[in-house]
Amino acid sequence: MSHPSAVGLTNGTEPLPDFPQLRQCPYQPPPGYRELRENQGPVVRARLYDGRPTWVVLGHAQARELLIDPRLSSDWSRPDFPSPSPRRKAIQKATILVGMDPPEHSAYRRRLISAFSVRRTRELSVSIQRRADELVEAMLEKGPPADILGGLALPLSSHTICRILGVPYEDHDYFEEQSALLVSPQVTEDDATQALMNLRTYLTTLVDRKEKEAEPGDGLLDTLVSEDLADGSLSRDDVIRLGIILLMAGHETTASMITLSTFTLLQNPAQLAVFRADPGKAALAVEELLRYLSIGDVAMRIAAADITVGDVTIREGDSVMLSTSEINRDPAAFEDADVLDLERGARHHLGFGYGVHQCIGQNLARAEMESALTTLFTRIPGLRLAVPAEQVEIKPAQSGVQGIYELPVAW
Amino acid sequence: MSAVRIVADTGRCIGAGQCVLTAADLFDQDENGIVELLTDGVVSGDDVARVREAEHLCPAAALTVAPDTDGTTGPPGQQGA
Ligand code: SF4
Repeated sequence: MSHPSAVGLTNGTEPLPDFPQLRQCPYQPPPGYRELRENQGPVVRARLYDGRPTWVVLGHAQARELLIDPRLSSDWSRPDFPSPSPRRKAIQKATILVGMDPPEHSAYRRRLISAFSVRRTRELSVSIQRRADELVEAMLEKGPPADILGGLALPLSSHTICRILGVPYEDHDYFEEQSALLVSPQVTEDDATQALMNLRTYLTTLVDRKEKEAEPGDGLLDTLVSEDLADGSLSRDDVIRLGIILLMAGHETTASMITLSTFTLLQNPAQLAVFRADPGKAALAVEELLRYLSIGDVAMRIAAADITVGDVTIREGDSVMLSTSEINRDPAAFEDADVLDLERGARHHLGFGYGVHQCIGQNLARAEMESALTTLFTRIPGLRLAVPAEQVEIKPAQSGVQGIYELPVAW
Repeated sequence: MSAVRIVADTGRCIGAGQCVLTAADLFDQDENGIVELLTDGVVSGDDVARVREAEHLCPAAALTVAPDTDGTTGPPGQQGA
């Protein structure tokens, strides 16, 4: 419960804007956030779905300051840890790593980072590129129309996370289905819990199987099983929960980024021309798309002590939500922030978060986006939307990861 | 431009690799994914801007860039407060 105070949040029922709010365009932050930042400042008050008041951070400098502040906790096991939706609440109960503070968090994260380093990503980029080639080739063979999400983005990101974890790719349909349940719009807390239980069962069986293998494979799960589980430094439950979070986080987000990026580029012909003109600048372009689209919009925290940021004092126990999408459009941090400028080179966006929880899979995501987008636009020069842009259906804000359901294209 | 000294706190590093992406000739990640300096830590010239960018981008505040107070390089009198 938040502590009633003159400066911090009260528990009262005074009218406050909702958080999160709906996006009205798949690649623009909810318009209400802009209004709030302009009228009330970079850190404002709002109300969550369950009626609880929260702070909402909309400014870039303030977000950087707060996300690195150890007094702002990510510990999901705190009974009063806030949530932006019932579905997120269910996930919060079942996962590991994201919802922890140092030093516990650091100990887990350290076991994983070598599998996600820049060097390891470079090694994997060959197989990512090969898969992207195959998928685009298959699209061409089959002929238009095609769906970018189902035909390229999802299979590419599933393939990649399977490679990293050492999950048999034959099983990708199953966990894609379960993950889809977690991000589908009207999902109830019960459905989300059920999907998580299914993923847990799947991973339990997989871990059992890996334990019996004579020679461990080269996946991260193989290493965790043959080293950390074997020497007792991780429990079975730890390994399973790490598998769940990586599997979930690893494919939905990247798939969404690839699909939305394709849509955004098709809607911005001048920028698409820039992209096509110099594939060597794809890395720069990807960085701008990450800033512009900010799909993993909401970061949640709870204040473990009083924290003053600017002229606002956040009290111990207060909920703090950060809107990455609006933060990445802060004019104080990015000139002409609403303009998509593939050559901008603004790497200080918070699209992957900031602080100790910054996305562990970020370099993989970059590699996948680069391969998918360059392959798509070089191999299919005449690529265009197969339906009017207004008909592309946006996932609601509550789904957690910003995205669209499908992206029909033709050429 | 006067020289600066980079210090990498391997205890804080979370392996995000932003430093390597910024300056692959100055930073690497070891086999455990933890930051490794490829120089003796003292850089000057154009490299200063790049290590400052890496410092700014590092999500874990694991990199600090300070004036090179050893006085091994750079003119005297310009060393940090
Ligand atoms: S950017 Fe910071 S956290 Fe990331 S690898 Fe370099 S030192 Fe470590």
